[in-house]
Amino acid sequence: MTNTPGADLHLPEGCMAGIAMHEMSLCESILQVLEQQAETQQYSKVKTVWLEIGALAGVETEALRFSFDVVVQGSIADHAQLEIIEVPGQAWCMPCSRNVVVQQLYDLCPHCGSHQLQVNSGDQMRIKELEVE
Amino acid sequence: MCGVCGCGEGHSHSHDHDHEHDHEHSHDHDHHHEHDAAHSHAPGLSQFRMVQIEQDILAKNNRYAAENRGYFGERGILALNLVSSPGSGKTTLLTETIALLKNDLDIAVIEGDQQTARDAERIRATGVPALQINTGKGCHLDAHRVGHALETLQPKDRSLLFIENVGNLVCPSSFDLGEAHKVVILSVTEGEDKPIKYPDMFHAADLMILNKTDLLPYLDFDTEQCIHYAKQVNPHIKILPLSAKTGEGMDSWLRWLKAELELQRIDYA
Repeated sequence: MTNTPGADLHLPEGCMAGIAMHEMSLCESILQVLEQQAETQQYSKVKTVWLEIGALAGVETEALRFSFDVVVQGSIADHAQLEIIEVPGQAWCMPCSRNVVVQQLYDLCPHCGSHQLQVNSGDQMRIKELEVE
Repeated sequence: MCGVCGCGEGHSHSHDHDHEHDHEHSHDHDHHHEHDAAHSHAPGLSQFRMVQIEQDILAKNNRYAAENRGYFGERGILALNLVSSPGSGKTTLLTETIALLKNDLDIAVIEGDQQTARDAERIRATGVPALQINTGKGCHLDAHRVGHALETLQPKDRSLLFIENVGNLVCPSSFDLGEAHKVVILSVTEGEDKPIKYPDMFHAADLMILNKTDLLPYLDFDTEQCIHYAKQVNPHIKILPLSAKTGEGMDSWLRWLKAELELQRIDYA
């Protein structure tokens, strides 16, 4: 238990504490999944990680790569290669009644210019597959 | 709440169930081995093999969030996740809201900040219970920490719980805490284009408070354009302009809170 000055609630470390940026904490979560799966799937080293990251997931892939290398140091995924599969953003345009491709959450429908869009793909952040030993 | 994370803190009934699951998984090992070996890219040439995971990166946080949501649902507690940039006036909005509602409702507050217990102290000065969580260098609250906070704070049944997130318009948008709604607070001193500069948060929120409207005469802030930008990012977002300082517009906010709390108190079959 660490006592953070001023805090009423003191938690042990390792619960996403001490992480400075968004992608860092996502990488912590990825590493947790890798370590947890190592037990159930019986592997001791991760060589490659395939991630599926949606264009609308709010993840900066370059920052994710940088953070990943830092976070996995000394872990079962030390020096693992990160393969990022980028999934385009897609939304349902209500006036057009069809799916359209969007790059950003504030994009307008490329056909009718409406903002009545409901995102239905491209906001995912998933670990798809691993190459392990 | 913590059978899953192994931090040894607290306890939850539902976790016994999770443990059973883990055991079941371990019985399957031989099966997984054979299955995965068949998928290996170069069988016989390398000891490397492929493992299908198909797991959401935030799955663990989402499990804790679902637990928190169940906790709130069973007890008829309305939990709101308040998000904004630093300095939008979240804490002042809270202290003014509490002053106006505390005679009618039970209210509790979880305060998230990187450092200091100043905000929790400001809330406690209003006479309602508040718990400070310091995230250290962490940029957001997560559902796990909120679960622990609930064990300590123990908000009353049928009460209103405000969770004031770390001042940050980026990360908290991805981390579900189990709240009924995210409420994003934007102050008119920040510029009307914030919703399109930080679209994720405005996309994730159900209600936007446009705060500090008493300063509008002194600024070039374009309220109509700001509302337009917010609806461009999220066509369903509801927007309430108000000034926590002068009280202008607070009535609609209080009515929204009471109506949402009433909805949360309904016992569904």
